[in-house]
Amino acid sequence: MERIYLDNNATTMIDPEVFKVMEPFLKDKFGNPNSLHSFGTEVHKDMIKALDQLYAGINASDESDIIINSCATEGNNTVLKGIYFDFIQNSDKKHIITSQIEHPAVSHTINFLESLGTKVTRLPVSPEGLITPDSLKEAIIKDETALVSIMWANNETGLINPVKELAKIAHENGALFHTDAVQAIGKVKVDVQDTEVDFLTFSAHKFHGPKGVGGLYIRENLELTPLFHGGEQMAGKRAGTVNVPGMVAMGYAMELATSTEALEYENKFVRSLRDRLEDVINSLDDTIVIGDRNYRTPNTILASFKGIEGESFLWDLNQNGIAASTGSACSSEDLEADPTFVAMSIDADLAHTGVRFSLSRFNTEDEIDRVIEVVKKSVKRLREISSTYVKGE
Amino acid sequence: MAKNSLVGGSLWDNYSDIVSDRMNNPKHMGSLTEEDAKQMGGKLIVADFGAESCGDAVRLFWIVNEDTDVIISSKFKSFGCGTAIASSDTMAELCLGKTVDEALKITNIDVEFAMRDNPDIPAVPPQKMHCSVMAYDVIKQAAANYKGVEFATLEDQEIVCECARVSMSTIKDAIRINNLTTVEEITQYTKAGAFCKSCIKPGGHEKKEHYLVDILRDTLAEMAKEKGGEESYASMSNYKKTLALEKVFDGEIRPLLVRDGGNVEIDDIYFDPDYTLVSIKYQGACAGCASSGTGTLQFIQSALRELDEDITVRMV
Repeated sequence: MERIYLDNNATTMIDPEVFKVMEPFLKDKFGNPNSLHSFGTEVHKDMIKALDQLYAGINASDESDIIINSCATEGNNTVLKGIYFDFIQNSDKKHIITSQIEHPAVSHTINFLESLGTKVTRLPVSPEGLITPDSLKEAIIKDETALVSIMWANNETGLINPVKELAKIAHENGALFHTDAVQAIGKVKVDVQDTEVDFLTFSAHKFHGPKGVGGLYIRENLELTPLFHGGEQMAGKRAGTVNVPGMVAMGYAMELATSTEALEYENKFVRSLRDRLEDVINSLDDTIVIGDRNYRTPNTILASFKGIEGESFLWDLNQNGIAASTGSACSSEDLEADPTFVAMSIDADLAHTGVRFSLSRFNTEDEIDRVIEVVKKSVKRLREISSTYVKGE
Repeated sequence: MAKNSLVGGSLWDNYSDIVSDRMNNPKHMGSLTEEDAKQMGGKLIVADFGAESCGDAVRLFWIVNEDTDVIISSKFKSFGCGTAIASSDTMAELCLGKTVDEALKITNIDVEFAMRDNPDIPAVPPQKMHCSVMAYDVIKQAAANYKGVEFATLEDQEIVCECARVSMSTIKDAIRINNLTTVEEITQYTKAGAFCKSCIKPGGHEKKEHYLVDILRDTLAEMAKEKGGEESYASMSNYKKTLALEKVFDGEIRPLLVRDGGNVEIDDIYFDPDYTLVSIKYQGACAGCASSGTGTLQFIQSALRELDEDITVRMV
């Protein structure tokens, strides 16, 4: 049975072209870029090229930094803990604003900073699932708020926050602005100059690059206490031998994912596949798709199927070779309902019935046709088993 | 356990073939009606347990021969994950042919055991054991409905670890009889806390009313009180622990440091059920002393460890 992968918000397959570019750096081009001999220096120009690709991908100024690191979690930790050391600990700016729907890479780190004395405000979402400029205006404290950290796009719903407006409000009030953009790169246009964000984090494996490599953008003239101290790699801003194969692959993956053509393909073809599946889900009885599709990344559907527990649906899909994901607590590390559902005030009943389908540019029309058939069949079977499903209730 | 807990995911790989088969093709899924009961000459019993909002709900249908109390037909419907579906299917099957009182003795442990491919290998991973508990509870609800009594009247004991069905009294007895002093020992003796681990301390899979760490502490305190002897550090409240620590600082540590022109203050104390972390700040000559981070720190820690081995001291 040919498998179909619709869990791209969790991770993506590495683009075969990216793998080809990466391969020599896992074999012959193994030199340490900090070494002065030819083994080291021969990779130098490839690293410069990768940096150029990354800077171009998010339209960063040459005067800004993009620190190569291991993943967005590291980038988020670097920003948040750096802000703690630079402001919270030693100045009157002891306040951080974030949202109730952040990924644990941000929310758990902020919980930790809170335990150290940081004052934290967690913004709720609007009924549409978005962080609104008005809610930030209300919460921000002039000259006391050190940082506003709001994700660009939500991993569960795909909903896209108004980052440009939010960053502007932060700056008007003397705060810095960070955004976790892992779900945005390659799906929507990410331009750090247009949006004026100060810190932006991303991870290669979310846009068809390899796992274990990511990046942190730091706006020009901003200093941030490093998370890793040690050698002088990355100009002393992130010690540790640079993951050259990962960096080179991430650079190329960024170029492929953020070109005008790629974003157009995402916005037209991937969106059309997503909408086709979504239309069928909407046509089934007692289903809800969370969030207006016009405010979502083009690849994401979070749907609730009344009467069907999310993990049992995932099991059924997996039996048919389809990989999706669930916010259902039963499949996670603890039994607490998914924070995104809670923040959106989604009925507790629905919080256990959510299934996320996240597509990529590698999905095909034939695959979506097969998914549609399986979804219809599974919904019917699982509702027959269900003790709670009553049609139309 | 540490190595095995480093990599998450892949729960489904730990399911037995029986569990997988029952998820895909439950044999006893369905409902029974008054008409079915009439045809079979029995009484229809319908029992619900759980709720969709909690993520797990099951409905059990029985037809019971009222002359013999034997369950002659048993079916289920379930809103739950695959494990809940497989457990409910197995539970419905285990009820068949038993009297209602015999069925009441079926626990989630029996259900899990019946789903094993190999008697020595669990049918589901530990964190999924809680999904089988509902199968046990719905039988009790069905029996209560059949007998016309309240569900609570069939609860003869307070269960602390639902996965292993271990009661409060069993845990307390094990601590008292065997002089247990750690949670690990409780698990070895009773199996409580061996599966999903939610009952060990707050922060696990699900919130619990009672945690083993609290039961252990309270039982040890009760035992110490009964003996009339000195209360052990581990069984003290955090307030009493603080007083005991300060007593050691005042009585043994500070006099020695003051003699050399120094001193020390307690900056903070962190109490975990398993250990105590004491943060200290040096004063006077000790603040600049080269041995403050080595010999002096070691001396302070050794003095405090007279109270309890699991006390650690750090400088701030």
